[in-house]
Amino acid sequence: MSKPVTRKESPKRDLVIVKNLVKYFPVRAGLLQRVTAWVQAVDDISFTIREGETFGLVGESGCGKTTIGRTMLRLIEPTSGSVTFDGQEVFALRGREMKEMRRNMQVIFQDPYASLDPRMPIGESVMEGLNVHGIGTPRERYENMLEILKKVGLEDYHARRYPHEFSGGQRQRIGIARALALFPKFIVCDEPVSALDVSIQSQVLNILKDLQSEFGLTYMFIAHNLSVVEHISDRVGVMYVGKMVELTGREELYENPLHPYSKALMSAIPIADPTVKRERTLLKGDVPSPLNPPKGCRFHPRCPVAIDKCSLEEPLFKEVKADHWVACWLQ
Amino acid sequence: MAINTKNQIAELSGDAITLEERTPFQIVMRRFRRHKLAMAALVVISVILIITILAPYIAPFDVQEIRVGDYFVPFGAVDEETGRIHYLGTDNIGRDYFSRLIFAGRISLAVAFLSVIISETIGIVVGSTSGFYGKWLDAVLMRFVEFMLTIPSLPLLLIISSMLLANEALIPIPPVVLNVVGKIMLLGPRDTRSAVLIVLVLSGLGWMGSAQLMRGMILSLREQTFVEASRSLGASNIWIILRHMIPNAMAPIIVSASLGLAGYVVAEAALAFLGFGIQDPVPTWGNMLSGTQTYMFDRPWLPLVPGLPIFICSLSFNYIGDGLRDALDPRLKL
Repeated sequence: MSKPVTRKESPKRDLVIVKNLVKYFPVRAGLLQRVTAWVQAVDDISFTIREGETFGLVGESGCGKTTIGRTMLRLIEPTSGSVTFDGQEVFALRGREMKEMRRNMQVIFQDPYASLDPRMPIGESVMEGLNVHGIGTPRERYENMLEILKKVGLEDYHARRYPHEFSGGQRQRIGIARALALFPKFIVCDEPVSALDVSIQSQVLNILKDLQSEFGLTYMFIAHNLSVVEHISDRVGVMYVGKMVELTGREELYENPLHPYSKALMSAIPIADPTVKRERTLLKGDVPSPLNPPKGCRFHPRCPVAIDKCSLEEPLFKEVKADHWVACWLQ
Repeated sequence: MAINTKNQIAELSGDAITLEERTPFQIVMRRFRRHKLAMAALVVISVILIITILAPYIAPFDVQEIRVGDYFVPFGAVDEETGRIHYLGTDNIGRDYFSRLIFAGRISLAVAFLSVIISETIGIVVGSTSGFYGKWLDAVLMRFVEFMLTIPSLPLLLIISSMLLANEALIPIPPVVLNVVGKIMLLGPRDTRSAVLIVLVLSGLGWMGSAQLMRGMILSLREQTFVEASRSLGASNIWIILRHMIPNAMAPIIVSASLGLAGYVVAEAALAFLGFGIQDPVPTWGNMLSGTQTYMFDRPWLPLVPGLPIFICSLSFNYIGDGLRDALDPRLKL
């Protein structure tokens, strides 16, 4: 059994490199189920995630953040692009190789109830990864499972119980335990706290943080709650309708956002001080449909500072400052 | 925000909701017990099953033993030679009616159970393949199922069974199967052969409903997050189908199986009644009914006695099915 790894000294190494990732979903209609249109869920996105860090991904509902996570794990097949994990091209792997790769990258889902099999005792669910990969003897797997349950604050006797016997927070901790059981290097956390009570959210976030330092985990943390992302992330990417518009360190983003969309988002975070007044950037209109996104910059119809060029040409995603990437013509 | 997480976790571990019932099975059993009619039906079926299983020890006479002269002996008549009692009298050629009835039950119920097992298995395999793999395979399999459903089953049943029974060599049946089924039904190899053929014909025409049911269940389960979770752990398709999908789809399959039992008891009787099932002198409820139908008006008990267990069994299996349906439906609060 692999031992808990202590955090590497130089966290600068790129663990995951996503290049030009594209995922279009076909829209079928009619008797022959012909493809009539494409939902451009993720359109040409590139970023890197460094070893040991937490990479936050924020954006409105339907902007494609969950699709990115699932495509990276090949829970959905990509349309094009590449994902390199630890030097290995994930999309080129087949069969056995992919199965081995899955030991390295795991996922925690948004809905902790739906992600657990209602007819399986939770111990069995947590052990499933070990069973699938045939790691150790049945006895060792069982011992491992109990140890991992303890790590997320559950006891031995919980292992025999079924998901319906647990509260939401407990279920999410079971989900974390399941992801952890294979000792992965990288975990995609797909809105792991947005289905939970606010009081439980911080509990789960703290467990995630503790496990990260104990096992040297790398997270990709998908969320729409900006305060949660600020609490947990090292670097943050901001998405808008299938595109990444800004990517930088957490502090830089929250103090000095450059893209007009990020600015509007940041100004919407509530401050727990009624005496503080600040300028709020209110956006007009609705989020465009990824079925038929606007030409040029996808944000231009709602942008308060758009110029003519914005509606004609798509801005490049470029590094305007050290470690600060923006896709905007005004930068 | 780094509070002392050790203490925090110790605190958390105690807060599991404690429920008295533990496994889903226990919950279902408790709910089932509240369904009075289903419980009564379960008792009735259990009694019938025990009697038929113990048939060789209970039956006072040999099933095929003909007492020349003792035709149409009334209920409860004592046999002068041996002193044993004809509880239900004798039939038109002097065979003990009670002994025949309980042996017939053994065969009729065995045919029904075997047919259900085979047809549900086919249904589960076809349905889950179709639902899981989808696309053209789904289209082909489901069109085939629909085609099978459009064929009127009784005429087909008659044609196929008469063809198969006439040509012994048409379908070779492995001796192991004949041996096991023969032991269950207490029949010789020749009669076992025709019983197995009847089972094959019945289940071959009865699996489509459960295939459609299973496909529907798989289609909805396929979209569940726990299936995705299993895939992200590296589980193969077969693993996912066997470990997650089939256990979760079992509830409606169990219900359809118990309703299917009722159907097969009646179907076997109908086949035998029309003279295409298992033939006299081997008793089944169906051929006892058909053999004595001519006495309907002067000695009505002769056809009624085998008709009653057909009726009771089919009714009981239906009630059990209803009870299970209610007990297995988590949305229903009982």
